[in-house]
Amino acid sequence: MKNKIVSVQEAVSHIKDGCSIMIGGFLGCGTSELMMDAIVEKGVKDLTIIGNDTAYVGVGAGKLVCAKLVKHVIATHIGTNKETGAQMTSGETEVTLVPQGSLAEKIRAAGMGLGAVITPTGVGTDVAIGKETMTIDGREYLVEPPVRADVAILKGSIVDKAGNVYYEGTSKNFQEVMAMAADTVIVEAEKLVEVGELDPNYVMTPAILVDYIIVGGDK
Amino acid sequence: MASAKEIIAYRVAQDLKDGDVINLGIGLPTMVANYIPEGVEVTIQSENGILGMDRVAKEGEELKDVINSGGQPVLVNPGACYFDSAMSFGIIRGGHVDVTVLGALQVDEKGNLASHVVPGKMVPGMGGAMDLVVGAKEVIIATTHTQKGVAKILKEITLPATAVKCVDKIVTELCVIKVTDQGLELTEIAPGVTAEEVQAQTEATLIVSENLKTMAVPAE
Repeated sequence: MKNKIVSVQEAVSHIKDGCSIMIGGFLGCGTSELMMDAIVEKGVKDLTIIGNDTAYVGVGAGKLVCAKLVKHVIATHIGTNKETGAQMTSGETEVTLVPQGSLAEKIRAAGMGLGAVITPTGVGTDVAIGKETMTIDGREYLVEPPVRADVAILKGSIVDKAGNVYYEGTSKNFQEVMAMAADTVIVEAEKLVEVGELDPNYVMTPAILVDYIIVGGDK
Repeated sequence: MASAKEIIAYRVAQDLKDGDVINLGIGLPTMVANYIPEGVEVTIQSENGILGMDRVAKEGEELKDVINSGGQPVLVNPGACYFDSAMSFGIIRGGHVDVTVLGALQVDEKGNLASHVVPGKMVPGMGGAMDLVVGAKEVIIATTHTQKGVAKILKEITLPATAVKCVDKIVTELCVIKVTDQGLELTEIAPGVTAEEVQAQTEATLIVSENLKTMAVPAE
């Protein structure tokens, strides 16, 4: 079995200037703070970050924004982090707002080999600008293209050494779809267990999707 | 005396039916959960991945990795379940939510809603609102009637639309308005308020219902 367990330093070597990163989590719940800290320490620049939100100042994806490492935020909501709004207003950071359900489906489409998502969400709004529309059975839909990333950074509550992941409570959020939609998938294991210890019935992200595991939690 | 927000939350709650699956927006709509009538059991969805949400957790009672869509730690009821964002919005977009209650910056007589952005001033983003208003079977807007005297119920919204032709009902501290193909129908008014007074604070023209009723308000 390939050893996927790496140091945080090695994991962060996959984050390069200008790359796109999907960051699992919802207002920080389910975000790998270890990786966020390591990226800030490394100081890469011009990142595109994709995720539900930019959490708060000093929390989750918010750390990357506050360290001014981000050139483009693709998110559903930025209202909880005033720094993101300030950088958008000043023109330092581009912000693309995407409806939450559409973001999940755009990421899912990329990971599942679909060419687009056809959704009624956003019809007649600014979200529709520049997008193709389709009428099916008399209802209008937007054609939303898939979203991929170079790297996905996830956090699992229990991860086995092969890379099977279980996410507790509401830490699932975007992680399952992100695990399928990035070239490199890095998972912080809050609790790392031996292969065979995680009941296959509870696996939410299959091990084949995970490239690297970093050990978080209490180590 | 109940506050405007309490009056609105109370009135919205009276419309909920036993067995409804509901989603409450952040802020005022969340207060609806405090007034659900006795004998009515609803399942509350939180779009970050819960069906069967209970109340906000007190310090020391928090569950591991369980928050609501506003980021607060919450408790869940027996029989609750957690799921990912794709499932959560499949539930929303797929018509499996009976009622969504959301706030508004502006709403107009065609049922168009503006709730997520004031260009150049406040750009928090739409979060899950755009999906909720197209997917839920009933869209109830819970909002104060005016914003410090400035009308919010308009002939036509001037802010960017969150969705078009999506609103079914508007509940304010003064009245209940039903959105119909003919326009906005004033169906209920708060005790001590006249239809003329409500109209004076509304830019859109209200059609006063033939069965205009007095709005239910919380007991003193």
